[in-house]
Amino acid sequence: MATTAVAGHRPIDQAINTKPPQGLWVDAWSRLKKNKAAMFGLVLVIGFFALAIFGPMLAPHDPLKIYDGKSFLPPVWSPDFLNPTNKTGDPQFFLGTDSIGRDVLSRLIYGARVSLVVAIVPTIFITILGISLGLFAGYSGGTIDNLLMRFTDIVYSFPDLLFFVVVMFALRDSFLGDWANGLILLFGALAIVNWVGIARVVRGSTLSIKEKEFIEAAHSIGTSDQSIMQRHILPNILSPIIIITAFAVPRLIITEAVLGYLGLGLRPGTSSQEFFVTSWGSLLLEGQTAINAQPWMLLAPAIAVALVVMGFTFLGDGLRDALDPRMKGTG
Amino acid sequence: MSTETQTTPPAPATGSAQANASTDANGAILSIRNLKKYFPITQGIIFQKKVADVKAVDGISFDVKPGETLGLVGESGCGKSTTGRTILQLYRPTEGSVLFEGKDLATLKGEELRKMRSNMQMIFQDPYASLNPRMTVGDIIAEPLEVHNIAKGKEKKERVQELLQVVGLNPYFINRYPHEFSGGQRQRIGIARALAVNPDFIVCDEPISALDVSIQAQIVNLLEELQERFGLTYLFIAHDLSVVRHISDRIAVMYLGKIVELTDGHTLYANPLHPYTRALLSAVPIPDPLIEEKRERIILVGDVPSPVNPPKGCRFHTRCPLAIPICKEVAPEWRDVGNGHFVECHVV
Repeated sequence: MATTAVAGHRPIDQAINTKPPQGLWVDAWSRLKKNKAAMFGLVLVIGFFALAIFGPMLAPHDPLKIYDGKSFLPPVWSPDFLNPTNKTGDPQFFLGTDSIGRDVLSRLIYGARVSLVVAIVPTIFITILGISLGLFAGYSGGTIDNLLMRFTDIVYSFPDLLFFVVVMFALRDSFLGDWANGLILLFGALAIVNWVGIARVVRGSTLSIKEKEFIEAAHSIGTSDQSIMQRHILPNILSPIIIITAFAVPRLIITEAVLGYLGLGLRPGTSSQEFFVTSWGSLLLEGQTAINAQPWMLLAPAIAVALVVMGFTFLGDGLRDALDPRMKGTG
Repeated sequence: MSTETQTTPPAPATGSAQANASTDANGAILSIRNLKKYFPITQGIIFQKKVADVKAVDGISFDVKPGETLGLVGESGCGKSTTGRTILQLYRPTEGSVLFEGKDLATLKGEELRKMRSNMQMIFQDPYASLNPRMTVGDIIAEPLEVHNIAKGKEKKERVQELLQVVGLNPYFINRYPHEFSGGQRQRIGIARALAVNPDFIVCDEPISALDVSIQAQIVNLLEELQERFGLTYLFIAHDLSVVRHISDRIAVMYLGKIVELTDGHTLYANPLHPYTRALLSAVPIPDPLIEEKRERIILVGDVPSPVNPPKGCRFHTRCPLAIPICKEVAPEWRDVGNGHFVECHVV
């Protein structure tokens, strides 16, 4: 036995051993908890999810019901500069009513569902596609890498907003555009363009990790290529993936809002039994037309979008730091 | 480690007795013949065409006997590491054969080659880069066990703890991450990973050059102990001549992709034949001021030529103090000058 060699290491051994072993995720969570901005982001994101899922229970009114004679009501707590019509707020309508007497708060809560689904579903899709393609291209190298990346460049060169507008405009009245209030079409359009960014980042990170000695060590052990990609490369490029995903979510929410604002988003629902009644984008559009008389109609959805985007950004930032084992014991 | 490896003393340089490694006809565990590794230099963005080759290893032949340590020395960029990696098929050879335990690795592919990897392992130079920072020490050492279906579950954990103990680390380290260890400890983890599959042959690619001098001795001693305990065969790549002398049974000297001299350690230091070996050895400081004062250094002029376009004839003739006209024209032969002392030179 290597007794002679061991002797010098004893003090270090003991020092390290005072801490009980922890898993990567347990450890990451304890670091995340200490990050105030990340926890604030997490609270915002969880609140947003709760709002979207339990919308019908939380909303005080039917988002489509028109209350006669209650239109143009300002928020109850409205300061004067927000209240050009000089009407008095009604405690029933916390954020006021719109031009035809529908409750703004309820509409906002129902709108959160669309934003959530539009943000999450395409994000999952583009993350999986981007990681697979980027990892495969970067790891294979050579001709495969070249072909895949030139294809990526072509997709990357699409002007994305113009692409959405063209797709939504062209296919809106087709079978595809009718499906789930046009949601499926929207997912498709968003996903087709957005995987490119992730694929490029993943490919670049893969190229740099691939040259590390521990990958060579894995080869010399006899680890299969698939296992090298999964166990050695992927965990080491998690940080950029988490960051870019965390930023993809708010970007998609904004894109949906922009499309809704241009009138090319979801078709508004006609009954409150439908899952997708309105979206924050459509609310922004309605609010913009009424900006002088009812500024609260624009401000409410705008602030909601900003808060959610901020929440995801803070959370992503915190996750990146928390998931790095080199940060162990810090934070 | 398992019970079948008994603590036989390391085989002498002649390689007479070794139990657990199969050998070929001439008693070698590894026979390299005319091994070449060229790296292409390409141009063009989409359609790449080859414009030249970097001749990193250019036709080398040698045998490694079971239980011995073959030292491989040479200056930076001479192709030492490429040789080690090409033998292990981390780079596929351009030409030549690598006969390991009777099988030509250069012709093996896929699954067959993957299975052979449990008999040959590598210890890397940089202990900071050779361990995956996202995996625990336990997972790192267990990986070869999983890949080759050697152990599972509880048995696997016990084996990992045993391996940690074998390399002189505390078995409780199993859940730690590599960044929590010092350079020497990390190198021990790398050694444990290499030992996990119970290999016969290990390529040590400058395993101590990234470590502090005080730690270097510990690792060298550990490697020697393990060799004795498990009957390992080493190809020890290094540029530190005194370390190589200490650990090696035989030593090969490399220059610009070729081995210029190969003999046992004692003969090489006492009677170096090739002018490059002499120059190399004359640069080693002697830890005795009286002798050190009289040490004559042979200082080579000029730089190492580019491996893209090596000199015609003998590769060393551009810097050789003894060069004669034929050196510029004809490449010298690899010949045995007696007692297994090989040299590649016209003059000696």
